[in-house]
Amino acid sequence: MYNKKAVIVGIVVFLVICTAPFWTNFGAKYSKPEVALPADSNECVESAAFMRAEHMQLLNEWRDQALRNDNRVYVSSTGKKWEISLQNTCLKCHSDYEQFCDKCHVTNNVDPYCWTCHILPKGSK
Amino acid sequence: MLNALLIVVAITIVAWLGAAVGLGALFGVVLPYVAVLIFLGGIVWRMVYWAKSPVPFAIPTTGGQEKSLDFIKQAKLDCPDTKFGVIKRMFLEVFLFRSLFRNVNAEIKTDDPINGGPRLIYYSSKWLWLFALVFHYCFFIVFFRHFRFFMDPVPGCIAFVEMIDGILQIGAPRMYLTGLFLLFAVVFLLGRRLVNPRVRYISLMQDYVPLFLIMGIAISGLLMRYCFKTDITQVKAYIMGMVHFSPISADGIDPIFFVHVCLVCSLLIYFPFSKLTHMVGVFFSPTRNLPCNTRRVRHENPWNPPKDFLTYPEYEDLYREAMAGANLPLDKPLDAAKKSESGK
Repeated sequence: MYNKKAVIVGIVVFLVICTAPFWTNFGAKYSKPEVALPADSNECVESAAFMRAEHMQLLNEWRDQALRNDNRVYVSSTGKKWEISLQNTCLKCHSDYEQFCDKCHVTNNVDPYCWTCHILPKGSK
Repeated sequence: MLNALLIVVAITIVAWLGAAVGLGALFGVVLPYVAVLIFLGGIVWRMVYWAKSPVPFAIPTTGGQEKSLDFIKQAKLDCPDTKFGVIKRMFLEVFLFRSLFRNVNAEIKTDDPINGGPRLIYYSSKWLWLFALVFHYCFFIVFFRHFRFFMDPVPGCIAFVEMIDGILQIGAPRMYLTGLFLLFAVVFLLGRRLVNPRVRYISLMQDYVPLFLIMGIAISGLLMRYCFKTDITQVKAYIMGMVHFSPISADGIDPIFFVHVCLVCSLLIYFPFSKLTHMVGVFFSPTRNLPCNTRRVRHENPWNPPKDFLTYPEYEDLYREAMAGANLPLDKPLDAAKKSESGK
């Protein structure tokens, strides 16, 4: 093998970088985050499966409807009418920011920009 | 070209059907492990294979004036004669694609105003360089961003890259610039092969397959992020299960995820055996990694047979006395040779 030193360094660097997910926190356990569901309500604007996948899209639409089209009424797929409002509709039930929103967002490194306008619902903090 | 497209479409359909039928474990567990092993093993094998290959001639390509007399200006970056210069050239090559930057296009202009007829003109063509740069950097950033699914807690540098990438804050989930630019650049690189007749003439199936494969990966990824949503929290739990070698059930994950994974795995498996190994090969290119000092330093061919000849001084040492006896001229006279021998 020619240029042995450089090649071996290259191989080691390549392998160390590419296998990073396997050796960082090796042996640790990852469990899917459990969100705290609201206790006093069992109905969201749409089904849980839909909300899980599409809530960001829905929030984006709600923002556009409320602020750009001045439409504050959302008709869900079941025909029920909801007020379009983050504070009064979403956060009314999902009041625990850290136990609900943050649970998935932190582990998936999602940084929603809701809170550049809205007040972050973290109690008195 | 069509065959390459068909291969990629076939992989997509097989993955989609497989996931829909319930073979998620095959496409989501076995295939990724196999693909990663083949990728890592294949790349290391490639590196060792190339490191073992002797370089018979010093063939650095000179993109400028070689080091010569003092009053002739050397092109230090394109024609380095020192090790450090080679490192600089390699850096420019790997990070900025300097050899593509020098790309020159030749074209015959049919009604040239200068000589009133056809004339061959050369002009600098930077499109390939530009889109290659966009493509590679976007691909790298997209690849890097994906580590948020593979690591927990997510390192801060990934969050930073994501913040910059989604700085326009368009829509939710936030639109990432690199994802779109990646697809755009791939389309250009494919279009170049299709539209330019000379490039099309030399394009083979192995040129089209990686392009279609990467295009399929980009499209399936973008679709997954912006159109057919899947439950990302479940996906992360699934991937982390793989990373910790305790795979969990693939229930609740949309088939589009397995299409994406299957295409990525195909790319990983294909990678070490295709032109994509230029990722490693660029470091092993004798035209890039040898200093341009061929006028000063003799490059010994490693497979030269062992020497079976005498240099003239050795010849003289062997036959000095006989030559002196025959009155032949000597470089080192007999007395001087004897004196230096006794002096030892």
